[in-house]
Amino acid sequence: MTLTDLIPALLLPCILTVLAVPLGEFMSKVYSGGHTFLSPILRPPERLLYRLFGIDESEEMSWKTYAWSFVVFNVIGIVALFLLQRLQGLLPFNPSGFGPVRWDTALNTAVSFVTNTNWQSYSGEQTMSYLTQMLGLTVQNFLSAAAGLAPAIALIRGFSRKGSETIGNFWVDLTRSILYILLPLAVLWSLVLVSQGVVQTLNAPIDAWTPGGQKQVISVGPVASQEAIKQLGTNGGGFFNANASHPFENPTPLTDFMGVLGLLLLPAALPFTLGAMLNNRRQGWAIFASMMALYLMGSGIILWVEMQGNPLLEKIGVMNGINLEGKEMRFGIINSVLFAQSTTATSCGAVNSLHDSLMPLSGLILMFNMAIGEVIFGGVGTGLIGVLIYAILTMFLAGLMIGRTPEFIGKKLESFEMVMSLIVILSPALLLLIMSSIAISTQAGLSGLSNPGPHGLSEIVYAYASTSGNNGSAFGGLNADTLFYNLTTSLAMLVGRFSTILPALAVAGSLAEKKIVPVSTATFPTTGTLFIVMLVSVVIIVGALTFFPIFTLGPFLEHLLMTAGKTF
Amino acid sequence: MQPKRLRIWQSKLVLQAMKDSVKKLNPMAMMKNPVMFIVEIVTIITSMITLSDLLTGGNFKYDGQITFWLWFTIIFANFAESLAEGQGRAQAESLRKNRSEAFAKKLLADGRSERIPALQLRKGDVVVVEGGDPVPGDGEVIEGTALIDESAITGESAPVIREAGGDRSGVTGGTRVLSGRIKVRITANPGETFFDQMISMVEGAKRQKTPNEKALDVLLVGLTVTFIVVVVTLVFFAGYMSVKVAVSTLIALLVCLMPTTIGGLLPAIGIAGMDRLLQNNFIAMSGRAVEAAGDVDVVLMDKTGTITLGNRMATDFLPAEEGDKAALVQAALLSSLADETPEGRSIVVLAKEQLGVRGRDIRAPEGASFFPFSAEKRMSGINWTGHQIRKGSPAAIAGFVASHNGKVTEKVQRITAEISHEGSTPLLVAEDDRVLGVIRLKDVVKEGIRGRISQLRHMGIRSVMITGDNPLTAATIAAEAGIDDFIAEAKPDIKLELIRQYQSRGHLVAMIGDGTNDAPALAQADVAVAMNAGTQAAREAANIVDLDSNPTKLLDIVEIGKQILITRGSLTTFSVANDVSKYFAIIPAIFVTQYAALSILDIMHLSSPESAVLSAVIFNAIIIPMLIPLALRGVRYRPSTASVLLRRNLLVYGLGGLVLPFAGIKLIDLFISFMKLI
Repeated sequence: MTLTDLIPALLLPCILTVLAVPLGEFMSKVYSGGHTFLSPILRPPERLLYRLFGIDESEEMSWKTYAWSFVVFNVIGIVALFLLQRLQGLLPFNPSGFGPVRWDTALNTAVSFVTNTNWQSYSGEQTMSYLTQMLGLTVQNFLSAAAGLAPAIALIRGFSRKGSETIGNFWVDLTRSILYILLPLAVLWSLVLVSQGVVQTLNAPIDAWTPGGQKQVISVGPVASQEAIKQLGTNGGGFFNANASHPFENPTPLTDFMGVLGLLLLPAALPFTLGAMLNNRRQGWAIFASMMALYLMGSGIILWVEMQGNPLLEKIGVMNGINLEGKEMRFGIINSVLFAQSTTATSCGAVNSLHDSLMPLSGLILMFNMAIGEVIFGGVGTGLIGVLIYAILTMFLAGLMIGRTPEFIGKKLESFEMVMSLIVILSPALLLLIMSSIAISTQAGLSGLSNPGPHGLSEIVYAYASTSGNNGSAFGGLNADTLFYNLTTSLAMLVGRFSTILPALAVAGSLAEKKIVPVSTATFPTTGTLFIVMLVSVVIIVGALTFFPIFTLGPFLEHLLMTAGKTF
Repeated sequence: MQPKRLRIWQSKLVLQAMKDSVKKLNPMAMMKNPVMFIVEIVTIITSMITLSDLLTGGNFKYDGQITFWLWFTIIFANFAESLAEGQGRAQAESLRKNRSEAFAKKLLADGRSERIPALQLRKGDVVVVEGGDPVPGDGEVIEGTALIDESAITGESAPVIREAGGDRSGVTGGTRVLSGRIKVRITANPGETFFDQMISMVEGAKRQKTPNEKALDVLLVGLTVTFIVVVVTLVFFAGYMSVKVAVSTLIALLVCLMPTTIGGLLPAIGIAGMDRLLQNNFIAMSGRAVEAAGDVDVVLMDKTGTITLGNRMATDFLPAEEGDKAALVQAALLSSLADETPEGRSIVVLAKEQLGVRGRDIRAPEGASFFPFSAEKRMSGINWTGHQIRKGSPAAIAGFVASHNGKVTEKVQRITAEISHEGSTPLLVAEDDRVLGVIRLKDVVKEGIRGRISQLRHMGIRSVMITGDNPLTAATIAAEAGIDDFIAEAKPDIKLELIRQYQSRGHLVAMIGDGTNDAPALAQADVAVAMNAGTQAAREAANIVDLDSNPTKLLDIVEIGKQILITRGSLTTFSVANDVSKYFAIIPAIFVTQYAALSILDIMHLSSPESAVLSAVIFNAIIIPMLIPLALRGVRYRPSTASVLLRRNLLVYGLGGLVLPFAGIKLIDLFISFMKLI
């Protein structure tokens, strides 16, 4: 490996920061209803939409109304997407003539796309019509991302307001997320992708003849438009089954780099939105720094592990034992690792390599990224929510240790906040343990496995970590398109999404009502290094304590056995 | 007075606590503590396994020892709580000992009095207390004045005066009247007095959890639920990996991971905080107030009695012209003869001293008529032999001489300004049209107040002084005492308004008061400390009563409040940090027979899997009694910035909690293998 190989890895954090700061500021303006450079163009359609849906822009919602609107919006989304898949055979834009999607797959896919998970138990190009992909999946890519952004903004308002009964208007936040943020970014991104050779067409798959004289169907479709929002909205559901390792989705090193950048961009910008809306930019930087620290730690470990290579491969004569199985040769180790770390650290789930084939300890890091609840940048919106909830937990302990009843950003933390925060942090994690233990001990669960021993355990744990964390990436090796997995992962996705957002809205409502405690010398500054170190430690410790046994038995044991010469 | 030294290991208390800790095993009582309740349930399960081992020939030695230590984990936790309760009870009991046997002279409607046991008194009853009688209950003096010995409560040997009306009308049951005769209206039924209140705060059964305790309980329950799921699902994962885990081992793992250290010590920490308050002669009406004390960032203090010694004293007579001195002193004395205010009396004392008069009573001269002090006129005096002698505020006297066509000379004005500038109060003395001179009334700042105020500042607490003085005087006193801010020329109702203002800006306000007109402000304040010597209204509005009536002791309350929270936070951190080592002891122990490669996790190199599990359980149990002294005394609090405090506590309890158990478990393991216990 030369220094040149490392350039993307070094460049990424810098470019990300440079782009995230102004974007975060811009978003703060958008959500505060301020005038932006896009307002002249977008204000009229925004008004039109409000009039169309009978929304009063100035009307504010209590947290309960906000949460109810969120639930209603999601239920409608799931039902609509489910019906679209079941009826796609009767609908236009179906050049391949696909029939209705099987009910459990359709349900799983509907839940998956509405919850911003984009777990794909189906193979996109062989199951979904163009209409389903565009009207269903691509539209949900926008909507689910916007529905994640809105509650995050509501939570920020919880911190910034005092004595307020309301936390904003869900429909307004949703509309602005789409109009001002997701759409313009996606258009920009798509154009660059098309320029790099990503396919964008409504024509039927192309029949080609190989030199050997066999017929090959080359799948094409409206890829670029879905690709852009798939990354930007941390959705991750590829047009093709091979996802971002497919040359039509991810043709060049530039598109690969943009893919990584795109999936990190909005989650990384949100801390700065927080800073701007609180008018406490140092707080935004501190949250960003905590996320970045966790991100770089994970990247470093995976990179190191992968560069160590596999001792078994070395034995059979592969140079340095470098493990390239499951990786695209054209991306190589660095880009594959960067992508894998980024896609699991955020809740994106797009992949450009097979995570199944990474070294066991790399797999451990990826699972950890997802199992701690997607807070290392995390999902669009949900990442910020998650990290703020962890910060509440951190400050609860820190507050006690400095002899004050705990507070964070001037808000007192009491039983109600603790109950809600623990629901956010624990329910996806515990669900992951429970679901995995059911899958590992029932015939229905075990039948999906393709590998025995600790690797099989990893495959199952990864699947539930991915779905309960609303990530959606797949480890590979597990056949998840079965009734059992479709239903259990659907449940995991629903719990992962709603147990994060609904309690967070409750916290927002409770905090908005509280007074803001003024800063004094006895206040612990939550913008300094000590806060960042504590927050990062709490995230790691909570994850480590919850998953120590399962990670020991899965990836860690596999690693030990592999070094001893046993594979699975 | 100095707080009595805390003695934790008194044999009488320890024995009683041991008995109580076994009594508390009753599951109904355990339910109040969710963490320890779960431990008890799983311990009952291992007990049954141990019993069945006897019948089926299972691993009795192992299961039995695990069960033994699990029971002790619960008993140790109960012991901590019982010990803290015992201390508090002993403290409170000694305070109210005098009272239960006391008799009261209840005043009947016809004016006679009847002797009844003090316990039969009801709120509203009026009793007569005379020299030598104990005060039968908490109440308010409605008639008369008495010298009272409060040493039984405050430990202060100097007797105090309590009198009807004014701000010194409150009496407490258990004190003794030395001389005088007072009528007292009883204000609390037996069982509702301050002491009963205090005892209910330290006794587990009646104790209400404070808001912060509830929030921490939520966290502990969350952790417990997590570890239950971790341990239960582990059975299935192990099963998939073809490993069968003994139930007692799983339960051992669960209890080790659960936050038993903090869960076991949590009630004791709160109770011990109350005990420490009692030792400092405070009575808290709620645990909430004590917690809030740790958060207070603004404290409102009356100038008089809190910052200064109390009443202003005349210290000097400054004549308007050379040679006027004798006339000035004479006039000052005459004009103050009928002035019953403390200032007036101090003038009389000073004048007599300077005139060399020792006689007890100086009567008003024949034919004199007094001009009493009134708030509007702001002067008082005497009319005698056709002359009008007046003393009063510079403005009032200026008006008075002007009405006699006189004027205040420049020299007098200069003296007046100088006195004001020093923070003292000038009083002018005039005879008809002429100002004879100035009396200097000085406010004496209490010794040591400056140091205490600066300590408050280090804790992040802003001090605000409230005074009726003019701004100049107020500023001088504030500067002398190191006060951050002051409100001058304040009317009584400004306190309430001020507290509301601070609160609306998010501050937590503490207020110290004793007068009846302080009551609304006390009721509004987050932490309201009333002096025990204060009026009944003030004491009822407050949530903490200071038996010593020493306002600077607010610092102690704040410190105790902070200590309670710090101790909770530190032990929680310690408890959670401990889990890492326990994983490293138990997880390899479970799987190493099947997967030898996992022995790499056994970084402590424990002698055998069974010994590893047992060592972890024993460590988990004995760490509780080892931390009892810390829980009862509280983690030391030193005023410093939040970051410094946090860094220190994180290092000691976070890092310490991470490292210590590795050593502890290893030592226990060595002991176990040496004694061949397994």
